[in-house]
Amino acid sequence: MTTLTEARSVRTGMPTLDVKDLHAAYGLIRVLHGISFVVDAGGITALLGANGAGKTTTLRAVCGMVRTEGQIQLNGTRIEGRPTEDIVRQGVAHVPDGRGTFMELTVEENMRLGSYTRYDKDVEGDRERMFGYFPKLKERYRQQAGTLSGGEQQMLAIARALLLRPKLLLLDEPSFGLAPLIVKGIFEIMQRINVEEKVSILLVEQNASLALKIADRAYLLETGRIVFSGPAAEIRQDENIRRSYLGY
Amino acid sequence: MDGFIHQIFSGIATGGIYASVALALVMIYQSTHHVNFAQGEMATFSTFIAYTLIQAGVPYWVALAATFVISFAMGVAIERIFLRPMANAPELSSVGVFIGLLLIYTSVSGWIFGYTIKTFPTPFDTGHPMLGGYVSGHELGATAVTLVMLVSIYAFFRFTRLGLAMRAAAYNPVSSRLVGVRVGWMLALGWGLAAGIGSIAGCMVAPIVFLDPNMMAGILLYAFAGALLGGITNPLGAVLGGFAVGVIENIGGAYLVGTELKLTMALVIIIAVLTVKPSGLLGKTVQSRV
Repeated sequence: MTTLTEARSVRTGMPTLDVKDLHAAYGLIRVLHGISFVVDAGGITALLGANGAGKTTTLRAVCGMVRTEGQIQLNGTRIEGRPTEDIVRQGVAHVPDGRGTFMELTVEENMRLGSYTRYDKDVEGDRERMFGYFPKLKERYRQQAGTLSGGEQQMLAIARALLLRPKLLLLDEPSFGLAPLIVKGIFEIMQRINVEEKVSILLVEQNASLALKIADRAYLLETGRIVFSGPAAEIRQDENIRRSYLGY
Repeated sequence: MDGFIHQIFSGIATGGIYASVALALVMIYQSTHHVNFAQGEMATFSTFIAYTLIQAGVPYWVALAATFVISFAMGVAIERIFLRPMANAPELSSVGVFIGLLLIYTSVSGWIFGYTIKTFPTPFDTGHPMLGGYVSGHELGATAVTLVMLVSIYAFFRFTRLGLAMRAAAYNPVSSRLVGVRVGWMLALGWGLAAGIGSIAGCMVAPIVFLDPNMMAGILLYAFAGALLGGITNPLGAVLGGFAVGVIENIGGAYLVGTELKLTMALVIIIAVLTVKPSGLLGKTVQSRV
């Protein structure tokens, strides 16, 4: 098992995700006004900001779920304007806000849908590894997903996303509505996943202190514009930013 | 007593037809939240295709299989051509399309195949009553065909990757896209499958009611009543509801209202379900924010 520092040091020049001058709108309401950011290969980038800053919209824009202008590159390939299904098949897994659980289906079926696009032989092994991260899912395997607790649904959503074998994992507020202890557990596992699954992560979080602990790079969004960006460690040290934007 | 048992058996036989059409309705309802009013007429058109093939000398079972395939392709094409542009249109636009399809299908059936009533062949032995005289050979055979079809469809949805993707797309299209399911195509396949199911139902009922362009008009009503009774959000409920309506209709027709007023029973069931339990026996209650 590689350590965190080793994994980060092998980073190559090309970022996993490179977004330039991204605009997005819902009908006439413009939400993003030209933002640029990167997610390094093997890195965790945090997108911070208040309610309505455009964090969720940014994730949706990367997946082609809203109309956008600007450039989005995944490992050097342009993906903007493509249908969501195609972007997903290129290796972008999105854990949406509200977790996107298939409530009517079982945990097993939810996980099978995660590997829907794959025909390789490793699917079984990957599923077993997910049980390693989230043993609860094995206990609940035959159960209807709608009966899971919030934390279990979050675990299921992450497992489902990873079963795609993505290059980039988009996480929208994984802490939302969960007890602090469960959030702590999920964030620890996400750090492990980042290294062990070799997946780059773009993390949207309201809980800034938590996000900055596991991220290596962070961007601060305010009403659709990036007002500050830099290494996560630097932002954590900055009293002014912390007080005026992050509120802790 | 013998007559009563006979009514139950033939109720189950026609119920199987209603169950199939009800299932077709529910499949499209689940993914689009619309009832396809043209479902019956699409089935009639398919039955005419089977009739033409059989008249041309194609063996019955080959003709049936070919009809299923042709109907499936037509269902897919209709979704792609007529319904897809309506994806974000208001509800009434889709209803308009369905009614338009209904009229077009009836007219085209009449135009190509004529309005004269035709006898449709059955592959089953009709000479000897079966099961101690309670049921005709065709009724028994048609019930068997219907059951085999329903079980195959259940197995397809339950055990295959594509079936799972189709269910996922119906339940939660947004999440389905996020795991790479091509939701638009799943809807089209759903239409194809519904059309295929309808075509088999049409061929099974045609020897009983005779074939003409309006053959399925009444059957669609019974099927709709069945789907509502079982719960229009639940495929299994719709199938059971279809069988139940078949039995209720036959017994009611024989002992209560007479054959002339049979169709009213479907309407009574529809109104009763909508007043007493709108979600049906097995359906789930839809809650929406106001």
